[in-house]
Amino acid sequence: MIGVLAKRYGQRVFGFSLQQKVIRGYVTKYTESHEWVKIENNIGTVGITDYAQKELGDIVYVEVPEVGMQTEPDTPVGVVESVKSTSDIYSPLTGEIVDANQNVVSKTKLINTAAETDGWLFKVKFSSQDEVDKLLNATEYKDLIGSDH
Amino acid sequence: MATGALRRTALYELHKAHGAKFGPFAGWDMPLVYADQGALDSHLHTRMYASIFDVSHMLQTRIVGSDRHRFLERLVVADLKELSVGSSTLSLFTNEKGGIEDDTIITQQHDSLYVVSNAGCADKDYAHLQQHAKAMQAQGADVKVQRIEDHSLVALQGPASQRTLERLTGVDLGQMMFMTGCLIDIKGVPCHVTRSGYTGEDGFEISVPADAAVAVTQGLLENPEIKLAGLGARDSLRLEAGLCLYGSDIDSTTTPMEANLVWTIGKRRRVEGGFIGADVILDQVAKKSGQRRRIGLVIEGAPARAHAKVLSPEGEVVGEVTSGVPAPSLGKNIAMAYVKKGYHKKDTPLKVVVRNRMQDAKVVRMPFVPSNYHKI
Repeated sequence: MIGVLAKRYGQRVFGFSLQQKVIRGYVTKYTESHEWVKIENNIGTVGITDYAQKELGDIVYVEVPEVGMQTEPDTPVGVVESVKSTSDIYSPLTGEIVDANQNVVSKTKLINTAAETDGWLFKVKFSSQDEVDKLLNATEYKDLIGSDH
Repeated sequence: MATGALRRTALYELHKAHGAKFGPFAGWDMPLVYADQGALDSHLHTRMYASIFDVSHMLQTRIVGSDRHRFLERLVVADLKELSVGSSTLSLFTNEKGGIEDDTIITQQHDSLYVVSNAGCADKDYAHLQQHAKAMQAQGADVKVQRIEDHSLVALQGPASQRTLERLTGVDLGQMMFMTGCLIDIKGVPCHVTRSGYTGEDGFEISVPADAAVAVTQGLLENPEIKLAGLGARDSLRLEAGLCLYGSDIDSTTTPMEANLVWTIGKRRRVEGGFIGADVILDQVAKKSGQRRRIGLVIEGAPARAHAKVLSPEGEVVGEVTSGVPAPSLGKNIAMAYVKKGYHKKDTPLKVVVRNRMQDAKVVRMPFVPSNYHKI
């Protein structure tokens, strides 16, 4: 494991604390409805968790919000559908949609293969740090989905 | 949905060993998908090769006695006197209002009628059969209804089904037609096999003694073309095949005329009637009446699911979707719906509302995917 990490971060270790910056630069939070939010400055990148992806099965249809749309809590901004079911996607943060991932619309499989990386759905510019603080951290989310995941 | 402990089929441990993810269905803990195959993979695998579905949760009954035909014809629309020994037919249990209480496959055996009906209706169907059997017995009729609880039901579905079963049994199945049944020894176990299913593909439903169900299923799985598949794939396969799901596409309020299932009513039965609700049903058939019709739709844009509203091009609500799925074998969104009579003709343009958006839809003939039944 250490060897792998050293390889991955090898070039950065001797830079000007780039490794630290990468770790400090963002934090990933989670919702009880199985979205992940990567917080960088005042932008939250949102997708569904790997756990959610596995529960849903093969994703065959995706809708992402339009850039410029204002998000409100409890108003769905997108949808992820498997053969069997439709799941609404909510923005965990109030704000404005500043980017949407059109790749996942044309290549819905990305959500199954890379739910928490390339399978991101949209980016929201948020204003309330309070909303961020109320989201679950990685440990709390792990507790929510149970120990076998 | 289910209260108390879920029932397990004889194949439960085998499913578990194959990494099944289970879900409750009609009081049973049933496999939905497997570790190496999601619902989509299983769907496509079934159309390309063949899959095994555990359908042991379905109700199997045997009806015996010399008055068995007269008895069952009172409850279903099929012509059971015309049905030759070894043949099966799709039929409907009806109610006084002309609605459908369940759909069922009935097989004529030389000494009995073998009836398979839905898991979700099992208790209701069995009570219905018993109640009417008792009433007839009280009038001196010779009929008995036996619930078959010591047999599992395993469906082998897909184009590789025949060669798989032939290899395992040494029996030539080329002459065995769609909707016929016979007794076949599989791995030395006597099984009742019907050439039928719920996927639109060629295939067999195998009624096997529960204590031999694992051995027979493992025997079928020896062919690497065969994989286990769960209820997830079963639903998308049956919908592509245009087959109704009881409780969604047909129920106690839909009549055979509305459900486009008049073809299940035997010719003699259309003249003689004699089944529950025959007055209502045959009147509708004669007048081609009934408020609505079951249709197939192809929908542009997002997939439409059950309860999505169907509108006329002018924007009037004319019906509702009862089942919908992004069809894995077609790459199109398909649905079954009921629409007001007049909007049911092929190629009629309609709209379907998905998340407040009006999406273009068109009435199409079912099945959506051509059936691949073994007929000569």
